[in-house]
Amino acid sequence: MADETTDNDTPAEVLADEARDSVVERLTEVLGDGVVESHVQPGADVWVRVDGNRWQDAARALHTMDFAYFGFLSIIDWAIAPEGRYEDADFDTGDDGESISSVPEATGVAGGDTRFQAFARVHSITEGLGVTLKADIDDSMTIGTWTGVYPGADWHEREAWEMFGVTFAGHPRLRNLYLPSGFEGHPLRKDYPLLARVVKPWPGIVDMEEIPEHLEAQLEAEVMAAFEAEEGGA
Amino acid sequence: MTATSDQQRHAYVASQAAEARVNVELDTGDMILNIGPQHPATHGTLRIATQLDGELVVKADPIPGYMHRGYEKLTEVRTYRQITTLVNRIDWVGNFANEVPFVLAAERLMEVEAPPRAQWIRTILFEMSRIANISLFLGDMGVQLGALTPVFFAFRDRERVLNQIEAVTGGRFHPNFDRIGGLKDDLPKGWIAETKDCMETMRNFCDEVEDLLLGNPVFQARCRGIGVIPTDVALGYGLSGANLRASGVDWDLRRDVDSPLPYDQIDWKVWTHTDGDSFARFWVRLQETREATLIVDKLLDGLPSGPIMAKVPRIIKVPAGEAYISTENPLGEMGYYIVSKGDVGPFRVKIRTPSFNNIAIVSWVLRGVFVPDVITILGSLYFVLGDIDR
Repeated sequence: MADETTDNDTPAEVLADEARDSVVERLTEVLGDGVVESHVQPGADVWVRVDGNRWQDAARALHTMDFAYFGFLSIIDWAIAPEGRYEDADFDTGDDGESISSVPEATGVAGGDTRFQAFARVHSITEGLGVTLKADIDDSMTIGTWTGVYPGADWHEREAWEMFGVTFAGHPRLRNLYLPSGFEGHPLRKDYPLLARVVKPWPGIVDMEEIPEHLEAQLEAEVMAAFEAEEGGA
Repeated sequence: MTATSDQQRHAYVASQAAEARVNVELDTGDMILNIGPQHPATHGTLRIATQLDGELVVKADPIPGYMHRGYEKLTEVRTYRQITTLVNRIDWVGNFANEVPFVLAAERLMEVEAPPRAQWIRTILFEMSRIANISLFLGDMGVQLGALTPVFFAFRDRERVLNQIEAVTGGRFHPNFDRIGGLKDDLPKGWIAETKDCMETMRNFCDEVEDLLLGNPVFQARCRGIGVIPTDVALGYGLSGANLRASGVDWDLRRDVDSPLPYDQIDWKVWTHTDGDSFARFWVRLQETREATLIVDKLLDGLPSGPIMAKVPRIIKVPAGEAYISTENPLGEMGYYIVSKGDVGPFRVKIRTPSFNNIAIVSWVLRGVFVPDVITILGSLYFVLGDIDR
């Protein structure tokens, strides 16, 4: 079947979503094995992961399918940040310098095989639904540009280029959008430190700590008592 | 004969030389005009480098980034509760509206739904921040074109809306009132009657602006046919909100996308215009403000009773997954794409802000317009700088 929907975590009683299923089917018809994986969350959303080399074809296919409205385009870095929330984590940081796109621990909806993933969202006004497209970015750190299909992708790609260091082949002029020219590094990569936190630890970290077990039950009871009192009083 | 013809020839040559000299002196090659970063029309610090040929703009290049605060990076080190504080500061004029899509997206991942009363109060405050935001635009558009009166009316009447928002949330500009699973508090006593009165004031304000500006010949001459954006271009650039509806696209996320917010439970109208010019954008926003006051009235009439907070754990851990929720904010489609790995904070948040896409079109729409029209078009596209430089 053309439909490769993976419904592992959605309950069986949820109705199938025909409109969103048909989006995946029509895309598969055009792109063939260019569609790597897809996921439909009935009544909510649809994700399609395409081959990185077919990224531009996917945009063209969607545009002909009347997905004319351009939402956004960006990159996800699946590496684990060496500092901040995960600094005490016992798992591998996934960034040992051997390859820029070393395979991360886990990736999101519709899967992924590389550290960096491009994702974009377009919307069909006539059908009233949006679709999130994803594509893996390999070691060349290059992916095709969408500017020929969706002119609005221009700024989004410039931002992604400076923030993640991903090159969009065919973009008319990649240059910094937010950062000053000559800025070194790619701030939204997970291995780029948040310098403000390096200089001074954030006091809010206290809130993220686990509460000791003997206090947790007590706090939970207090919150629930307050909640019920409020409910009764209202 | 020859002498005469020599004289004539010399006179002719001299006149030609004089003309050529004038042409050389007045030769208008391309000139670079820098607009901003500190210009009233830029609502903050947007800089636009324009290349002019005489009075015509040949090329315009908007340069944002003077106020970039790196919220996408900051969200990766903060908890969900701390992030609502951050996102308040994105579109600082329509403050409360920034929190709603973020909280809705987190709620979808947690499979928590706020009780009906909380959703209704959210929607009421959402529409009130729309009124507070767009009424400022209605006044400000006059200022861009030389009419100073409307902006004073706007500040006078908008103050009442902000007071009402403050009465509920405790914050004029940064409410931070949304919680995952509901709201911080219920409405104070006497607020509903006061708000209805306030909405009446805002409808009068809309009438005043309509009387002052819409029929004004100067306003018409400077707005009609200026900065026309065709439908396909608007869609390709991802224009949203009133800018898209002014280009003839009948698209409103409040009506057309399934959402827990109770917009489907009341009667209201989406306003569109087919001209796609600056006047159409102003007109659509004016109608939307008036419609928003009616929406608030209807929501207040049907406000259900009940709790305002669902039962959520003290420490919020959002299950692993991805969700994108966008709402029709005052400036257009604002959405949050949350990637969660099951922690107390998100793994990555992509913030899709309306002004980012709305201003990306500037280099397209400013090509070939006159310099004074630049200000009209920037004013009519209406952006908030915090919304571009998030």
